[in-house]
Amino acid sequence: MTAPVTAATMALDGGIAPAASEVEPDAFVASRGYWGHVGHRLVRDPVAITAGAVILAIVVVAILSPWITPMDPYRGSMLRRLKPVGDATYWLGSDELGRDMLSRLMVGARLSLFMGVTPVLIAFVIGSSIGIVAGYVGGWTNTILMRTIDVFFAFPSVLLAIALSGALGAGIFNAIVSLTCVFVPQIARISESVTTGIRARDYIDAARLSGASALTIMRVQVLGNVVGPIFVYSTGLISVSMILASGLSFLGLGVRPPEPEWGLMLNTLRTAIYVNPTVAALPGLAIFIVSISFNLFSDGLRSAMEIRQ
Amino acid sequence: MSVIVQPADLAIAALRDRGGPAQPLLSVSGLVKHFPVRKGVGGKKSVVRAVDGVDFQALKGETLGIVGESGCGKSTTAKLLMGLIERDQGEMLFDGEAVGSRAMPWRTYRRQVQMVFQDSYASLNPRMTVEASIAFGPTVNGVGSREAIERARGLLARVGLEPKRFAGRYPHELSGGQRQRVNIARALALEPRLILLDEAVSALDKSVEAQVLNLLLDLKAEFGLTYLFISHDLNVVRFICDRVMVMYLGRVAELGPSDTVLAEPAHPYTQALLASMPSLDPDNRTQAALLTGDPPNPIDPPDGCRFHPRCRLAEPVCSQATPPLAPIAPLHQAACLARQPGSGHSLAPAAEQVAA
Repeated sequence: MTAPVTAATMALDGGIAPAASEVEPDAFVASRGYWGHVGHRLVRDPVAITAGAVILAIVVVAILSPWITPMDPYRGSMLRRLKPVGDATYWLGSDELGRDMLSRLMVGARLSLFMGVTPVLIAFVIGSSIGIVAGYVGGWTNTILMRTIDVFFAFPSVLLAIALSGALGAGIFNAIVSLTCVFVPQIARISESVTTGIRARDYIDAARLSGASALTIMRVQVLGNVVGPIFVYSTGLISVSMILASGLSFLGLGVRPPEPEWGLMLNTLRTAIYVNPTVAALPGLAIFIVSISFNLFSDGLRSAMEIRQ
Repeated sequence: MSVIVQPADLAIAALRDRGGPAQPLLSVSGLVKHFPVRKGVGGKKSVVRAVDGVDFQALKGETLGIVGESGCGKSTTAKLLMGLIERDQGEMLFDGEAVGSRAMPWRTYRRQVQMVFQDSYASLNPRMTVEASIAFGPTVNGVGSREAIERARGLLARVGLEPKRFAGRYPHELSGGQRQRVNIARALALEPRLILLDEAVSALDKSVEAQVLNLLLDLKAEFGLTYLFISHDLNVVRFICDRVMVMYLGRVAELGPSDTVLAEPAHPYTQALLASMPSLDPDNRTQAALLTGDPPNPIDPPDGCRFHPRCRLAEPVCSQATPPLAPIAPLHQAACLARQPGSGHSLAPAAEQVAA
C-alpha cells in the first residue's frame, strides 16, 4: 500500500518546519527577476555588446553632432567637389556640392535614427495593444481585428510605405505615419500569437477567479509576459525602418534636401558613382552598419531572453 | 456582532454564512456541459458530453473528494463550478442562493470560492514575485497595495514559507512543493469559504505531498474551509476526504462517506477502480484486471448505464435503462441497476431491504 501519509512523513510536518526541509540553506537570496537575468546574460554576449556599443556611439555622435562636426554640413564649395576619402581637409571626402561628408554623415545620423526608431516605437505601442486585446479577448473581436490586420499583409511593406507616403505627400511627418502603418500589423500579429499562448495558462485563470477585470489582467498579468518577445521583434524592425525611410528619402518622399539624411545623401550622390564610388557608397555603408548593429543586438537580446520560463 | 455596525462590516457579514450550518455550502443539480465538435471539414456536428447531469452537495466544513479516470469530467466540473467556462444547463446554489442571481452575483460568489491548480508552475505568473502573485487578488478587490503585500507575507508565513526569504522570489526559484504552498496562499488571500483543489498534490513527490496535505488539513480547521478535492489517487482521497464522489463519463456513479465507499463500494465501477490500485501486500495481489480497455468515447456514450460495456455485472436491462443516482444506504448513493430495487436487474435487492 502506497499510503501517502506514513508515520515518518507525518512526523516531518509541523508548521514552518516542513518548508525548511525544502529550502536551500543559503538564506536571503536576492532575486534578480527575469529582466535581471536577461541583462546578466546579455552583457556576457560579446557580439551583442559590440553591436550595442556601436549603436550607443552613433546615438551619442548624432545627439552631439551640431557641436562636434569638423565643418559646416550645409556649406558647399564648387571648387572642392567630390574629394576622395582620405583628403587632408575632408577626411571622408566631399559630396557633389563640395560639402564635408563626415559632417553630413554625423548630422544625418540624427534624422536617420529618428526615422528608424520613431515609427517602430509608435507601432510598438499601437500594435501590441491591438495584439494583446485580440489575443486575450479572442472570439469575434480577434477575428475582426486580425482579419483587418491581414489586409495590410497583402501588400509588400516597401510598396505599402511608398503608396501611403505618395498618397499623403512628401515630408518627415508623413513618412513616419506611413512607416508606422507598415509596422503596426507585423507587431500586432506577433503580440496576438504570444498573447494567445499565454491566455491558456493557469495563472490567467487564477487571475480571472480573483475577480479582476479583463483590462487589469491584460495590464498586470499579460503585458509583462508578452512585452519581451515583442520588444525583440521590434528592435529587429528598427533597421528595416531605417532602410525603408532611406528608401522613401531616396525616392523624394521623405526628407527633403538640403537636410542631410543618409538615404537622401545616397540618392543625390548616385550621379557621382562613376566619379568617386567610395564617397558615393559612404551613406549606404552607414545605413548598413547601423542596421546590422540593431539586428545583431536584437539577436543577442533574443538569445538572452531564452531563459527557462 | 455589536449593535453599531460599520457598513463595511455589514457587507462582510452578509457575505458570510447565510443559510446556517445545515444548509449545504454548494449544491449542484443537473449540471451539463457539452462541447460541440465537428468531424472533418463539413462533417456532421456532434457534442462531447463532458459533464452530463451531475448532482451533488458539498456540506459546510467537509472535504468532498471527486475521483474518476482521465476524461470522466472531473476537471470540466471544476471549471464549471469556478465559472471559468459557462454551464449549458443546471443550477448551482451557494449557501442557499442561486449563483448568478441578484442575491449571489458571480462576483460575490467568486470571492468566496477559490481554486488551486494541478500545475504549480503554470498557475504562477513567471514575471511576478511570489508576494505580488498573492497580493494581486486582494488588490483588485479594493485592498490597498501595502496592506495586500502585508497580507501576502502573513499568508506565506502561514503556509510555511518564511516571508523574508520567499516573498521576493520568482516561481522558477522555488521547488514544486513550495510553489504549491504559494498557490494555496494565493487561494486563501481572498478569504474564501470553499476551495477547489484540482489534483493539487498529484504532481508532488510523496513526502512533499504528505506535508501539503497536512497543511491543507490545518488550514481547513483554522479558516473553517470547505474543500472540493479532485484526485485520481484513492489513497490521498481516503486520507483527506470525508465523502467521496466517483464520476464516470460525465455522470456521478457513486457518492457516499469515503470510509464506506472505499471499503464497501456499491458500484461495480468503484469496485474496479479500487481493485486497480496497486497493493504492496503480496497476498493481496490481483492477477486479472477488473477494468479493461478505455472508457467509451464521450461523443457517443453507450445507451442505458454508461458503464455497462465494461461492467462485469452487465445484463440486457443495463443497456436499456439509465440508472438514477439513488440511495442504497443512509448517506450512500449509487447509480447502478444491480443495487436498485425493482430495476429489473437479477441482482437487484427486494424493495423491503432498502426500506428497512
